[in-house]
Amino acid sequence: MTALKNIADKVRSKNAGPFWLTLDVFCGTAEAFARISSGLDTGLVADMFKADPATLKRFDMPELNVVKFSMPRPAVQGTHADRDMHGASFAVLLGEIEIR
Amino acid sequence: MVKVLIPSGALGLGYDRDALARGIAERPDIIAIDGGSTDSGPHYLGTGASKYSRGSTKAEWAELMAAQAEAGVPLVIGTAGTCGADDAVDWLVDITREIARERGQTLKLAVLKSGQDGDAMAAALEGGRITPLAPAPEISADLLRDCTNIVALAGAEQIQAALDTGADIVIAGRTTDTAIISALPLARGCHPGGVWHGAKIGECGALATTSPNTGTILIDFDAEGFTITPMGKDARATPRTVSAHMLYENSDPYRLYEPGGYLDVTGAEYEALDDRRVRVTGSEWVVTQPYTVKLEGARRAGFQTVSLVLVRDAHYVENIRAWVDDIHAKCTAKAKARVGGDFQTELRIIGADATLGPLDTNAKRGTELGVMGIVTAETEALSREVAKMLNPYLLHHPLTEQEEMPTFAFPFSPPEMPRGAVYEFCLNHVLALDDPMDVFRLSIEEIGT
Repeated sequence: MTALKNIADKVRSKNAGPFWLTLDVFCGTAEAFARISSGLDTGLVADMFKADPATLKRFDMPELNVVKFSMPRPAVQGTHADRDMHGASFAVLLGEIEIR
Repeated sequence: MVKVLIPSGALGLGYDRDALARGIAERPDIIAIDGGSTDSGPHYLGTGASKYSRGSTKAEWAELMAAQAEAGVPLVIGTAGTCGADDAVDWLVDITREIARERGQTLKLAVLKSGQDGDAMAAALEGGRITPLAPAPEISADLLRDCTNIVALAGAEQIQAALDTGADIVIAGRTTDTAIISALPLARGCHPGGVWHGAKIGECGALATTSPNTGTILIDFDAEGFTITPMGKDARATPRTVSAHMLYENSDPYRLYEPGGYLDVTGAEYEALDDRRVRVTGSEWVVTQPYTVKLEGARRAGFQTVSLVLVRDAHYVENIRAWVDDIHAKCTAKAKARVGGDFQTELRIIGADATLGPLDTNAKRGTELGVMGIVTAETEALSREVAKMLNPYLLHHPLTEQEEMPTFAFPFSPPEMPRGAVYEFCLNHVLALDDPMDVFRLSIEEIGT
């Protein structure tokens, strides 16, 4: 087991409009992509962000060695419950997830 | 066939001047730049104000107006003044008139407004013309009337109407990021899939290249696709940097919804023409009915006052959660007993989990913590009243009754910082139109005379 950030080149998160959050895992190589794509459990990612698995979207993109997740924002951008206006810090959390 | 020069990802972000000059030398057909986005939060749409300073905006806009004069082609900006509300458009129009006067330039200016009237939107809702996207907040006619600003996102058709006036400069209210780039090549018959795909790749300027800070790129649209050429000296576009940009701020990396249809890049092919230019073909544009435009709205969500205190005492750092919970309970009870009205108080622990809150299960602590008190209330006066009731607790509250009164560090006097009205985004919906121009207003004026 090791943290995702130790395998991937870069983990990025951004708003995709005020209502969506999108997280991009740039794996860097085909080997890293294969390991992350198979070892990163969608259910664990949903748990991590308290997201509804039914609305969480996952894209495994071997052509870019990228795994992408999109989900409704944990709190709508700029509301009282939102702590990060641009949503970039969620990537840090995802980077700390353990990969089999 | 049609060359679009994009100076940077947004007016106010800056660009490399040599790159812009190189772009002008390429004889573009149009210069297009984005003026904003929702990314900085609901305050800007809520108030109709710009995020960037007037001075910086004027300095960069004056340079682009000079580039327009030199190139002799239209200059178009979308989502003027960060949010694209009518007041923000007027703000940039005023700056534009000032620059034209100072330079002794005479120009034809087209202004496209995207602001929507609350009553008209309430009628559209009742008429079944407004439908939710996912996830959409609940809305009602009253909520629409309650918004301080509602804007509709213009697409290529509305920008084409503005360009058809023969204007030297087009200042548009809220548009999609891509519409200002796609309008002219679509009007001249370039490949629609290629146009929308190139527009998405170009909307953030040089972000789709190896040197994002150089800003300027040129996109050449044709009958089959597009070619991207960075204008920065050492900037390179590669199949990887270009294809990866479809991921950026986009929830679906293969699809992009726009007024009138969607872009599908599943079949796109990326070819390196040399070590800095990429050609893309195979993207598809799919027309959808009815023609819809997305709506954005912001409304007031109370008034806020924040306070900040710093805690360095190891015993309190250790027990900070119990400390803030006790303060929260006591202060809330006191405020309810002493003042009426609707308010909520939150104590956010900076240095513990202020960034991610309960989601953060890995957080570690240092030797000091900040506690930010956030009071949101239905009136400005009430938010200040409750924040003042919080003050003695943040300064002196003991963990137990059996200890000497502690004193914590306020960095300011007073520690309360009024934030004024706060806003929230309240629409994630689309509006169906019979004609793309139905809810947009286009006007023409001569400036600098």
